Parts: sequence; structure tokens; C-alpha cells
Amino acid sequence: MSDKDTNQKPFEPRIVAFFCNWCTYTAADLAGTARMTYAPNVRVIRVMCSGRLDPQFILTALRQGADGVLIGGCHPGDCHYQEGNYKALRRFTLLKRLLREMGIEDERVQLEWIAASEGDKVQKVINRITEDVRRLGPLHLEPEALDRATEALLPDQTPAVAEGGAL
Amino acid sequence: MSAAENKTNGIPKIGVYVCHCGINIAGKVNVPEAVEFAAKLPNVAVAREYKFMCSDPGQEIIQNDIREGLINRVVVASCSPLMHETTFRTAMAAGGGNPFLFQMANIREHVSWVTPDKPAGTQKAKALIAAAVERVARHVPLEKTRVPVNPDVLIVGGGIAGIHAALTIANAGKKVYLVEKEPTIGGHMAKFDKTFPTLDCSACILTPKMSSVRAHPNITLWTYSEVVGVEGFVGNFRIQVKRKPRYVDEDLCVGCLECIESCVYKKGRISDEFNVGLSKRKPIYVPFPQATPLVAVIDPESCAELKTGKCKKPCMDACEPKAINFKQTEEIKEVSAGAIILATGFRTFDAARVKRYGYGKYPNVYTSLEVERLVNAAGPTGGEVIMSNGEKPKKVGIVHCVGSRDAHTNKYCSRVCCMYSLKLAHLIKERTGAEIYNFYIDMRTPGKGYEEFYDRLLQEDVHFIRGRVAEISDWTMTPEEEGKLIIRAEDTLVGAVRRIPVDMVVLSVGLEPRADADEVRRLFNISCSHEGWFLERHPKLAPVSTFTEGVYLAGACQGPKDIPDSVAQAGAAAAEALALIDKGHVELEPNTAFIREEFCSGCKTCLMLCPYSAISFNSEKNTAEVNGALCKGCGTCVAACPSGALQQNLFTDEQIYCEIKGVVNYV
Repeated sequence: MSDKDTNQKPFEPRIVAFFCNWCTYTAADLAGTARMTYAPNVRVIRVMCSGRLDPQFILTALRQGADGVLIGGCHPGDCHYQEGNYKALRRFTLLKRLLREMGIEDERVQLEWIAASEGDKVQKVINRITEDVRRLGPLHLEPEALDRATEALLPDQTPAVAEGGAL
Repeated sequence: MSAAENKTNGIPKIGVYVCHCGINIAGKVNVPEAVEFAAKLPNVAVAREYKFMCSDPGQEIIQNDIREGLINRVVVASCSPLMHETTFRTAMAAGGGNPFLFQMANIREHVSWVTPDKPAGTQKAKALIAAAVERVARHVPLEKTRVPVNPDVLIVGGGIAGIHAALTIANAGKKVYLVEKEPTIGGHMAKFDKTFPTLDCSACILTPKMSSVRAHPNITLWTYSEVVGVEGFVGNFRIQVKRKPRYVDEDLCVGCLECIESCVYKKGRISDEFNVGLSKRKPIYVPFPQATPLVAVIDPESCAELKTGKCKKPCMDACEPKAINFKQTEEIKEVSAGAIILATGFRTFDAARVKRYGYGKYPNVYTSLEVERLVNAAGPTGGEVIMSNGEKPKKVGIVHCVGSRDAHTNKYCSRVCCMYSLKLAHLIKERTGAEIYNFYIDMRTPGKGYEEFYDRLLQEDVHFIRGRVAEISDWTMTPEEEGKLIIRAEDTLVGAVRRIPVDMVVLSVGLEPRADADEVRRLFNISCSHEGWFLERHPKLAPVSTFTEGVYLAGACQGPKDIPDSVAQAGAAAAEALALIDKGHVELEPNTAFIREEFCSGCKTCLMLCPYSAISFNSEKNTAEVNGALCKGCGTCVAACPSGALQQNLFTDEQIYCEIKGVVNYV
């Protein structure tokens, strides 16, 4: 587990973002091309669609040491795969309940619809979540509590996957 | 995880290549530090830096390392994968590696270009490199699948762009379906009298092209029709087209127009769309004399027979070929195509939105499109520029940038208004001898022969006043202003506010996306820019492609364009479509879902989630099955599978978990 060195340096939140290939990842590229500077705390993982997001990815990110998670998908009605973003929204809504049960503040896990042309929104959202999480401070998770939650969500899944599976 | 666990993939020997991209990356990321960091990551055999990884020598470095057996997997830390993933995959394949044992870390668009602080940028770059290294170790060799391409092309929109694209493709021997919403093709260009800067007669250059479309054996022309459904994917689209009833049989009508003569409406009573409301038409009409196809159309909103069923129907008696058929109904046609070109065009800005210019309030305030019809010899006045009272104007004011370059309406420059304002200034002067005032913010004439045309207008004694017009009113201050429209504007070159009394005002309206652009883009699954124009894949390198493979853009649906640019882009879109269909097949990304049967419990959760019906249930095995040809790789089913039986190539759970670990754990 990560154990960040928070005593010596000021707290810099570590945030994992999952961006869909078609809208939000492209928007983040646009923010780059347009040189819109923003906080360096968000690290992006590209998925083809926000519908690919298994709630366990978010839990795993938090467990591995992220202080927050940002999910970016296409605006409702604009999904490259018709309605993957709606499916992501449903899962996200359910996951939020679980996170609250675990005492994880709402602002730590955020979902945003960002279209390919909205580079400025990427900038705004990343700066905002960085500030939100900075204000909340580091996420000190009890690993056991998280393990229990992960198990509750999908029994037996994590260990099997961690072994690499039979690909 | 140790390398030994990756039995099926061979022992990972990862090469990490960090690109400087000149100073684009090296300016904000300490590249040597990142390389040193990468070299210590698990399974990394080689870590190098180079100025431009995407250059030939850069790619050569990777290929040499593969050939020498130093590495079997590659991480390139450079720009966005949307930019160069294909470049490096191709390079890997050329070097003898599997192109899918590759991962890119986006340290330019996502790091150096957005992070002002170098140490912070370096940290972030390291995290992304670590994630890529963790991930690529779990990649497996994959192959692209090939599917055949249907050689037919669908073109939506029959303006000059759609027409040019259709003819280009049809001349190459391919079959084209051209679908146009209006009863005729021709688009906006058909409404113009002359084209700038050559003052070519618009109809003279357009009409032959329209006729060629109609006559071309390879073109199926469907006017008065709309695309209502699109399914499938690149190379294999299935499109539903709604053909609205014209109530006139297209095959029988010979275009004699006798029916229009004989209509119970002795005179036109309905606002004529083609003349932008400056004249009236009958319920049965052709939009203009050169309409293509030259087939009458009956407007169900105003036709007495269609509204009440109580008309004597003299049109039917007048029609010798018996083409009129009131029983015609809407038809849905289904066609298949390998590529789609969208050329749906634009609409002009609604001048009434800028209230202070008095459009709709003062009868002698016209929009530029209305004046285009007035100066057109085939227009409502036979080419006479006359005002609502039938008199010729003695003084005319042309107001530039109406609805353009204004934070209240559209911020962007509409690109054609300066030039068409100059053209209209010339034409109005030619027709009326009036004194003309052009009110401009900047004069923008970037195009072949455009600046020369501006010079010519300067010599034609047209007045140019630099400054945005504040207001147009009939509020007079002096007896000379009586009965005139007063244009109040600051003359920024003189530094004074001026009041210019004129008889007629022309508002040079800007270009906007069509009102239904949003529906259209959703139908074809493409994106729009902020302003609502269809979004190209890359503004410089892929200006006619979209993010949906096989769908291309032509003309002003992508942004304001003049005729030469629209035609050039239509040619480019046609060439892209031809390149696609001539190849005969497309290679599909292997990022499809697959099922590990031994884990599938047969719960059927995935079946309902798939937007492409790519998953079916095998009741014999009691497992789900994925049809790889139908799957588009969204991964929604994979996320939902409760037993982890469904996985997605290139985005397996394992790969993503490792990426998460990499992105947070090392830095």
C-alpha cells in the first residue's frame, strides 16, 4: 500500500482520472494543444468508453494510494457507443453510496461530461477536483475496510485478476 | 508481479523511449531524469531518449532494439496516442515485433504542454511512464481483423460540396447515393447571382454540375429526402432514408410545369423559400427554373386537395404524363454504403437577433442573402435592386460582421462576409449607380485574387468606414435625414461618431451551423466544435475525417467556407472515401471483447448491455458468446460481467489494474 510522505512536503493530492477515448481524452489533448495549464495532480488512464469503468477500478485506485478519482465521459446523448456513459452514470451513482458508507467524501470521486471540444472544461475540472481533494487532505483508508468493501462489491474477483488470469 | 507469470507472452523485455519533441517536452520535463527512472522499473531492458521519436531515425532506434533481441515490448513516452500510436505500432511491426505489445505515455498534451512547473511535470511524466511500463508487460500479441468494404458511398447534402464529392466519386466508377433534404440540389450557391472575386455567374458554373449529377449513371439522387437511421461501421454502414412524398411521380414528370399554371391558386400565395420570402409561390411549384431534378413538388401544408380533399385538381388534368399522385406516401429506403460524406452546409445568421439593426422593423433593411436574390436575374425582381416601394436606392449601407466577431452572437469570423459584401457593393453599384458605404471592423480578404478584388472596389469609389455599426434607425436629426435610415457608427479611422443617412441597408450576416446540426451529428455519431460545426479529426492533419471511421466532412458543415474551399474540401473528402473503398477492406482495431468460457456463469447480464447486439447466448454451453465482427470495443459488457469472464483486448482488467498501480505507486 502506498504510504505517502506527508510530513515533510506539503500535501499534493494524487488523483487518477479515467477518460473516455472519444470525448474527454480528446478534450484533454485539446487542452494540451491549446497550452491551457492546470494542476499536475491528475494522471489520466485512457479507456475506450466510460462504460468500461468497473467500479472496482475506482476502489483499486483509492486503495493503491490515490486521494481522488475523476471520471470523464461524453455528454449524455453523445456517447460514441450510444449510451455507455449512461451505464457509467448508473454504476457511479451506486458506487457513491458505497463510498459514503466507507466514509469517503463525495468530492473525492467525481464524474464529469466533457466533450471533445471542451479543453477549457478539462482545465477547470482538473483544477477543481485538485482543490477539492487538497482541502479534504490525504485519503487515509483502512486497508481492511476497503478490502471488505471490495469483496462486498464483487466477491472473489480481485484475487483472481491479480494473479493475471488466463489470458 | 514477476515476469515469470507472463507465460503466454514471453518474458517481457521492455524498451522505454522518452521523446524530447524538441523543447515541446524537454522544456517542461527533465528527460534524462525520466529515462533514469524508467530504467529501474520492472521488466525494463532498455531506456533511451531521443529528440524526435516519431522521425525515421527515432523509429529506427526502436526497430534496431527489437531486431537485436534487446526488447520485445515498447513504451514510447511522447505525444498523444491519438497522434502517433499508429506510427509506432507500424514501426514495431516493421522491426519484426507485434504492434500491440506497445503502449504510449502521453507526456506532451497531458504533461509538458499543461504543466508550468518543470519538477511537477517531470514527476507526472514519470508516473505516466511507470503506468505504461506496468501495463505493457501484460499486453498480449494481437492481430487486426479485416472486413470487406462496401464500395458504395452515401453523401448527405446536395450543395456545391455534396455535388462535387458525388461527381468525383461517381467519375471514379463508384456508386453514390446523394441525399438532399430540399426538393432540389444546388444549396446556397444556387441562390447567388455572381461569385467573388471573378464575378463568374453562379448558375452558369453550377447548373452543368447539377445536370451531371442528375444524368450520371453512378449517382442515385434522392431529393426531398432525409437520412433517418444509420447503423453499422466503417465499410459497412446501413442507412435508412426517408423519401418524403412529392405527390408528383419523379419518373413520369417531364418538367413542363403545366400543372403549376393550372393550379386553382391563380397567383402564388405562399412565401417562397428559395427567394428567402421575397416572392410568393403556389402550393405546386419548382423551387427555381434550373431545379434538379426538374420535378414539381406539392406542399401539403397549402395544397387544397391535400388539406381538404375538396379541390377540382386541375393540375391532374393539365399533367399529360399523369405524374401527379395525391396518394403518394412517405417511403423508407434502406441502402448500404462503405463510406459516408456529410455535406450538410450551414444557415445564415438570423439578423433579427441583433435588434439594434432593425431587421424586420424597417422594410428597407435587408440581409445579404435577400440582396443576393434581388441582384439575381432569375430572382423575384429580375435582377433589379429595388426597395419595398419599388424605387432604386440612391444610397446603400452595407454592414459587415452581423452575427460574427461578437461575443453576444458568434465569436468567430464567418470568413465569407467581407468578400461577398464587396461583391454586393459592386453589383448594387452596377445595377443602381447608388453611393455605397461599407461599414467594416477589419477587412479580411485572404484568398486567391481576393485582395485584388478589394483594391478594385476601392477604385470603384465605394466608401469604406472602419467601425462597428452601433445602430440603424429612422430617427432623424436634420431635414436631409428625413425618410432615410440612419446608420450610426464610430469611424475609428477618423475618431468620430458618424451618422450616415441611406435608403437601403444590407446586413452582411454570418454563417452558423444548421438548426438541425445537432440531430445530424448524433445520427452519424460525430462530434461538434464549441460553435456547433462538425468536428474534424485533426484541424491540420485530418481536416475531412471525423472521429467515426468512414464518415467524412465536406464544405461548410465543418466551418464557414467559401465556394473554392468547399469544393476543395469536397474533393479531399471524396479522395479519402475512395482510398477507403478502393482498398477493399478495413482493418479493425482488435480492442474487442472476448469471453473466457470457463468463468461464464450464464447470467446474461452482458446481453442487454451491448449496444451492437454483438453478444448472444449459447444455450448448449450455457455461456455468452461475443461476435468479434459486431463488437466495437466499448467494454461496457466487460465492466458489467460479475465473474470477470468477459474481457476486452487491449483493455483487460489486468492491464487496467496494472496501469492504476503504475500511475500511483512509483511517484
